[in-house]
Amino acid sequence: MEHIVIIGNGISGITAARHIRKLSDKKITIISAESDYFFSRTALMYVYMGHMKFEHTQPYENWFWKKNRLNLVNGYVTKVDTASKKVILKSSEEIGYDKLIIATGSKPNKFGWPGQDLKGVQGLYSKQDLELLQANAPNNEICKRAVIVGGGLIGIELAEMLRSRDIPVTFLVRENSFWNGVLPQGESQMINEHILEHHIDLKLDTNLKEIISDENGWANAVVTDKGETIQCTVVGLTAGVTPNIDFLKGSGIETGKGVKVNNFLETNIADVYAIGDCAEQHEAIGSRRPVEAVWYTGRMMGETLAQTICGNKRAYNPGHWFNSAKFLDIEYQTYGWVFSEKSKKDHEQHFHWRHPKEKICVTIAFHKDTKQFLGINTFGIRMRHEILDRWLTENRSIAYVMEFLKDANFDPEFYAEYEKAIVSQYNSQFGTNITPKKKSWKRIFSNI
Amino acid sequence: MQIIKKIGLFIFLIGLTIFTILPFIGEFKVTPATMDQIIQQKGISSEIFIQGMEENVVGKQFQGMLSLSPKITQTLEAANAQHRKDKEYKKIIYTGPHDLAAAVGKASGSGFIVENKGLMWFLTFGLGILGALLFIIPNIVLLGKKGVKNNGIYHENATNRGWIAWMVFVFLVSFYLVLYFRSEYAVNWTYLVDPISEFLSGNPAGHWFVYGFMYCTVMTVMAVRMYIKYRHNMYQMVRTTSVLFFQIVFAFLIPEIMVRLQMPYYDFKNAFPLDYDFFFQWNLKSLLNSGGIGLFILVWGIVLTLVIVPVMVYFFGKRWYCSWVCGCGGLAETLGDPYRQHSSKSLFSWKVERWLVHGVLVFAVGMTLMTLYSFFTESGTVLGLKTQSVQNTYSLLIGAFFAGVIGTGFYPIFGNRVWCRFGCPLAAYLGFVQRFKSRFRITTNGGQCISCGNCSTYCEQGIDVRAYAQKGENIIRSSCVGCGICSAVCPRGVLKLENGPLKGRINPTEILLGNDVDLMDLVNKK
Ligand SMILES: Cc1cc2nc3c(=O)[nH]c(=O)nc-3n(C[C@H](O)[C@H](O)[C@H](O)COP(=O)(O)OP(=O)(O)OC[C@H]3O[C@@H](n4cnc5c(N)ncnc54)[C@H](O)[C@@H]3O)c2cc1C
Ligand code: SF4
Ligand code: SF4
Repeated sequence: MEHIVIIGNGISGITAARHIRKLSDKKITIISAESDYFFSRTALMYVYMGHMKFEHTQPYENWFWKKNRLNLVNGYVTKVDTASKKVILKSSEEIGYDKLIIATGSKPNKFGWPGQDLKGVQGLYSKQDLELLQANAPNNEICKRAVIVGGGLIGIELAEMLRSRDIPVTFLVRENSFWNGVLPQGESQMINEHILEHHIDLKLDTNLKEIISDENGWANAVVTDKGETIQCTVVGLTAGVTPNIDFLKGSGIETGKGVKVNNFLETNIADVYAIGDCAEQHEAIGSRRPVEAVWYTGRMMGETLAQTICGNKRAYNPGHWFNSAKFLDIEYQTYGWVFSEKSKKDHEQHFHWRHPKEKICVTIAFHKDTKQFLGINTFGIRMRHEILDRWLTENRSIAYVMEFLKDANFDPEFYAEYEKAIVSQYNSQFGTNITPKKKSWKRIFSNI
Repeated sequence: MQIIKKIGLFIFLIGLTIFTILPFIGEFKVTPATMDQIIQQKGISSEIFIQGMEENVVGKQFQGMLSLSPKITQTLEAANAQHRKDKEYKKIIYTGPHDLAAAVGKASGSGFIVENKGLMWFLTFGLGILGALLFIIPNIVLLGKKGVKNNGIYHENATNRGWIAWMVFVFLVSFYLVLYFRSEYAVNWTYLVDPISEFLSGNPAGHWFVYGFMYCTVMTVMAVRMYIKYRHNMYQMVRTTSVLFFQIVFAFLIPEIMVRLQMPYYDFKNAFPLDYDFFFQWNLKSLLNSGGIGLFILVWGIVLTLVIVPVMVYFFGKRWYCSWVCGCGGLAETLGDPYRQHSSKSLFSWKVERWLVHGVLVFAVGMTLMTLYSFFTESGTVLGLKTQSVQNTYSLLIGAFFAGVIGTGFYPIFGNRVWCRFGCPLAAYLGFVQRFKSRFRITTNGGQCISCGNCSTYCEQGIDVRAYAQKGENIIRSSCVGCGICSAVCPRGVLKLENGPLKGRINPTEILLGNDVDLMDLVNKK
């Protein structure tokens, strides 16, 4: 029986394992040193905030693995020997494989800041990071202030977490407006405001220079590039992540930023594959990045690779970009591509609508000349994935999107609707005369 | 603000303490006149009982029902035993000993509590309401910006099965035990609400009136909490208002007013088989003897169960009943909301749920068939089983223990829908309709789920919502009561409760949206 060994029990590795099991009877071994059972990294924040217990982050009950003959090994892989097809664990145990899947995820970036390895300085990625934070920042008596370095999605989650325990937070963001490398200005500006509303001391356009130690090797202040010194007891480093692949050095597996893979998620070595955060596409797919560190791409790579491994060779083909996140109280969804001013191309034009009072806004990107709909960002409004995906596939125009916007609304029942306001602003801005059509189930289900 | 909250808690606890002490205190004196009145009312012909009462009870002063009640129950039981022995069946007293003690107690209370009903109401209910509101209302400010407010639920003792939760558990269970089995200890409570009861129905309050009044009060106060907590979520606001309206107007006011108008006591929204005694002989007789309105109720009750309920479930899902109208659901969604996370999500619980809830449905329907058979044939037994004892068993096990003591008492430990999930026969019936023929579904939004588990954690019905959402499947489960909380707490906007065409309602997905494969290709390969 063919033996599939998977390094990493995150979403990508586990999805691959589950689907291989569905499709075949192969022997499957999953190795990880982080946790005995698969858990959802995206939910770590909710454990700290007291919304959930750690066990709630585990999507499958503990009996699931044995029942499905998924063999779990708790261990850290230090070396991969591709010549004799085996992996070597820290405990010196060796496990032979017929096919090897590398799904080792990411690790938080550290940019060589002085003091970055002091006690009290940490990232937020693993279960161990969560436990560390619970120990270092249990309340605002022990943690008098925390400084977060890096204004991305994990940074703002960490800020929200600490604020949930009333810990004062200073948030150092390199950009001059929050996440404006990704978000268009209007949206980024709205999030700036929202961060301040949550009593987070947001310092834009500010970099970390140094973390200062006390006499016991604990962080007790940070120094910024503006020369400011901020007293603190916890420093959160959330300046992005990089693939977690150091252990592959010398294995002969080609790596760049991540493990280099082709469309079929194959590495340069036969029978060795890489999926999830740690995989790097030779060629970026569409406008996607070569390394995609998001949940659903890890899942899709796992699904795809399972097909290939079970004799149904298939390329990774992730379709239209979409994603979602939450900035404190504001939900954010994106479908297609809406680029920020920093990265958008000349032909990309934006239509932006913002609610006069609430923290709700929409940005729709379209082609300046052809008026083709390119993508949409919504804040505080939920959108129907299927519909937007379809519109993108059908190359609809912005006028069409405006007209049928109600079909795409996914907010809970009885919520206020904004389509009228959005479309009327669009009309006055572009001199059109579009009236939004009533939502129609027939259209929504038209492809079934 | 924190100080106001603390003061509120303190005031609430004073009210609660006085309320809790009441069953143990008070003066009771049974006068000969009272005794005669009881003998009349209950048609008592046992001279042993009357003599016993005259020797031990009448004319004496008792401190608290604790000292009076045993005297009455013992006298009654001794008298009945003697009559049985002597085969004097006509003299046996069929009023239950505790009901009789309650009736005697109610008629013979005296002293401070009875003379100061208004003041006593204020010191119990009044302080309770005031304190609770002072505790809750500062949250408008303290909870900050509107949004999901679940911070600290698993850090707090009261909501994480700590000692406070266990105290609440003990209190609720004891309260229900008194209510169902030792109503004589509720006598002092009935005095508090006598004025209200007399205003509504013209009659002094019994212990069920206390319960009904308390139910409405608790729901109202906790609905204020819901309004504050879920102020960002219109679905929750509207739903809470609806469920509160139906409780206060339909379950509480209308039946009381009907009594005043000499009509039968009836809750128009309480559908069989939740209303399990609807077809019991005494109820049918009372309805048939009440003229036009009785007949109307009879027809309404049958149409409600056979037509209105399933048709509405077809259009809106069982949520229209379970979390918009029903009283049990109403309490669960208000008082029970802080405990919703405790429902077990394990596969094992799901199995237990299906056996139990369908078992109760079979029990309820079987019992009703027996009842109707007995009613029309006027025979007391069906296939050798005594209809009366089957009814008694159901009333005790399901009606009192399951729905009351376990259903509500266990909130702080097993979550707020124990009864609705494991026990309610109506829910089982609605569940069939919802599962197999309904426009309702919870739509999963393509591939947006990040498997975080908020939805599953906060599903009061113990549905592992995430298990469906992360596969991109819609949630079509018979047990879903459509509370909408899974959708409210989802941080990625994945879930939407909606009513739509049957086509496309169930969407088993091989590959999630986003992974562009030729689906037809995949289907053909199978
Ligand atoms: C706090 C946080 C919030 C996030 N929120 C979102 C979100 O909202 N939406 C979204 O799309 N994405 C989110 N992400 C990103 C998302 O979680 C990742 O993209 C995803 O978990 C990657 O999955 P993976 O399977 O590739 O790797 P991982 O989940 O990182 O799993 C890899 C596993 O391999 C183990 N491992 C690594 N090296 C070895 C070794 N040598 N030997 C043994 N085991 C090893 C690791 O310990 C780990 O357990 C978030 C990430 C974090 C940290
Ligand atoms: S699935 Fe959602 S709507 Fe249904 S009962 Fe559970 S939480 Fe409520
Ligand atoms: S809460 Fe939302 S994102 Fe989280 S598991 Fe449930 S459906 Fe998925």
